[in-house]
Amino acid sequence: MAAVTPLLETRGLSRSFGGLKAVDRVDFTLQPGEIRAIIGPNGAGKTTFVSLVCGRFPPSAGKVIFDGEDITALPAHRRVRKGIAYTFQITSIFSRLTVFDNVALSVQRALLSGGGLATASLKRGAIEALERTGLADRAHETAGNLAYGHQRLLEVAMGLALRPRLLIFDEPTQGLSDGEIEGFVTLVRQIAQDATVLLIEHNMPLVMALAQTITVFERGSILAEGTPSEIRDDRAVQDAYLGASADDD
Amino acid sequence: MSGPAVRNDRPMAAALLHVAVVLVFVALQYVLPDYHRAVFSRVLVLAVFAMGYNLAFGYTGLLSLGHAMFFCAGLYGAGMTMSMLGWNVAAGLVAGIVCGAALALVIGLLALRTTGVAFMIVTLMFAQVLYLVILYFNEYTGGDQGFSLRPAARQLGPFDLTDPTTRYFAALALFAAALAVTLAIVRSPRGRVLVAIRENEDRVRMLGYNVFAAKLAAVVLSGALCAAAGATYAILFGYVGATFATIQYSILPLLWVLLGGAATALGPLVGTLFMYYVVDITSNYTTAYLLFVGVALILLVLYFPKGVLGTVRERWLPWLP
Ligand SMILES: Nc1ncnc2c1ncn2[C@@H]1O[C@H](COP(=O)(O)OP(=O)(O)OP(=O)(O)O)[C@@H](O)[C@H]1O
Ligand SMILES: [Mg+2]
Repeated sequence: MAAVTPLLETRGLSRSFGGLKAVDRVDFTLQPGEIRAIIGPNGAGKTTFVSLVCGRFPPSAGKVIFDGEDITALPAHRRVRKGIAYTFQITSIFSRLTVFDNVALSVQRALLSGGGLATASLKRGAIEALERTGLADRAHETAGNLAYGHQRLLEVAMGLALRPRLLIFDEPTQGLSDGEIEGFVTLVRQIAQDATVLLIEHNMPLVMALAQTITVFERGSILAEGTPSEIRDDRAVQDAYLGASADDD
Repeated sequence: MSGPAVRNDRPMAAALLHVAVVLVFVALQYVLPDYHRAVFSRVLVLAVFAMGYNLAFGYTGLLSLGHAMFFCAGLYGAGMTMSMLGWNVAAGLVAGIVCGAALALVIGLLALRTTGVAFMIVTLMFAQVLYLVILYFNEYTGGDQGFSLRPAARQLGPFDLTDPTTRYFAALALFAAALAVTLAIVRSPRGRVLVAIRENEDRVRMLGYNVFAAKLAAVVLSGALCAAAGATYAILFGYVGATFATIQYSILPLLWVLLGGAATALGPLVGTLFMYYVVDITSNYTTAYLLFVGVALILLVLYFPKGVLGTVRERWLPWLP
């Protein structure tokens, strides 16, 4: 049991913005194959934490270790090539390019790292990612013209197409319809068969259904960590986050 | 449905179109009156300058206000090696291109640390520095008078590049080569990344691309193309002067590209040709020709906000590269 190298580990990871400690000495461990959820109130530092993991900006202190290797000094694009993919909380697509082109850019990157970039595999990879997210018949549409929910799915498809080892979702279901959320749950289960998933999410039923372990952030630190039922019953979590709805018994 | 095709591509149509354009210019040589043939020779070379600019500005989204320096790197790189070291045309051309690429590498390494307005100012400043350097070393550069290349030096093997017909074909050859290079770049996988950087740089980085390296490559290629235009200009027209280093020659390629259509392969040619004739015709009638240039620009921005070919692509020919 102890022999497994964690896929991701952070030690004393911190980041301040001016005087504000957005992430404060976080020690975090993620095992390969997990579906992990991060929850916490608005402004708790969840986005900042995963941004430090994927290198969008540097930490003020601490380390990020990916698959046993210290990657704290690596620029973001190198981390992506090592297998860390990030899907943005605020939808970030190439809105003037077609849906196909958006995904093709991811596939192309994965193929370049793999050594061979043939048009046929580019096309196959892009179609596969679009099919998995249910966007295949919209491949020719301009990405910016998609409905909001579909843009979120495109964001997911771009992450998928990178074939990452760790896929980080930052509130992927925000603004999705119930039907779309159901599809997303299925998709994440599928992805988790060959990748590790780190999911920031406010939708509690979804988190309870998907995650094996939940990490609760509050004011830049980890408040609690445990299985869904442990978290549900945790007094401190109820006070901090789940609020009045859960604390009367 | 047979599944989505790869991008909005019609490679055959695109290739045929560009071959046809070059052939039309070959034919024009035989029908154009002397005066217009001379204009076209000049426009073809300047269009390559605009194509180089388009690679940085149109495709990659880098708004530089200093591209005159790359044109001048080619102009002086060829002109000075030929006049002072006695190099031949081919060596002069290569020297010019190498100077442009090397300058672009250095400028890129420094200027690409900035973005947006800061990038515009930094590139403008570097171009101004080059202009002052050219004036300062007037002993070698001829200062603002410039210098001429002897006709005897402007021979390439059996070809006399001072002859109007040869000159026209030489300009067209350069243009065709630049067109082929541009198309090869922007249709390649790496070239797609440049467009993606223009659209959403942060996303490109988070897809695992080294954005800085890609931009630097774009600047170097852009600088090399502009320098090829500058070197050819020196060789074909025999004149090297500091006017080409002024801010005006950094603004012009921007206007040409905007007029013709940013991020279209043929747009720079359309823009350069159009603007050249607007200036040429109006300046025959009035000294206030810049007023007409201004009016033409305003009309174009109103009716063709994406430039002539940008609008054509948007409305009718989505496959236009
Ligand atoms: N670039 C920044 N500059 C300054 N402050 C920032 C920056 N990014 C985040 N913050 C601040 O850091 C704190 C943590 O923000 P973060 O976005 O990580 O929270 P979050 O847990 O993702 O919240 P939400 O659930 O609303 O997405 C907030 O107080 C936020 O205002
Ligand atoms: Mg957030």
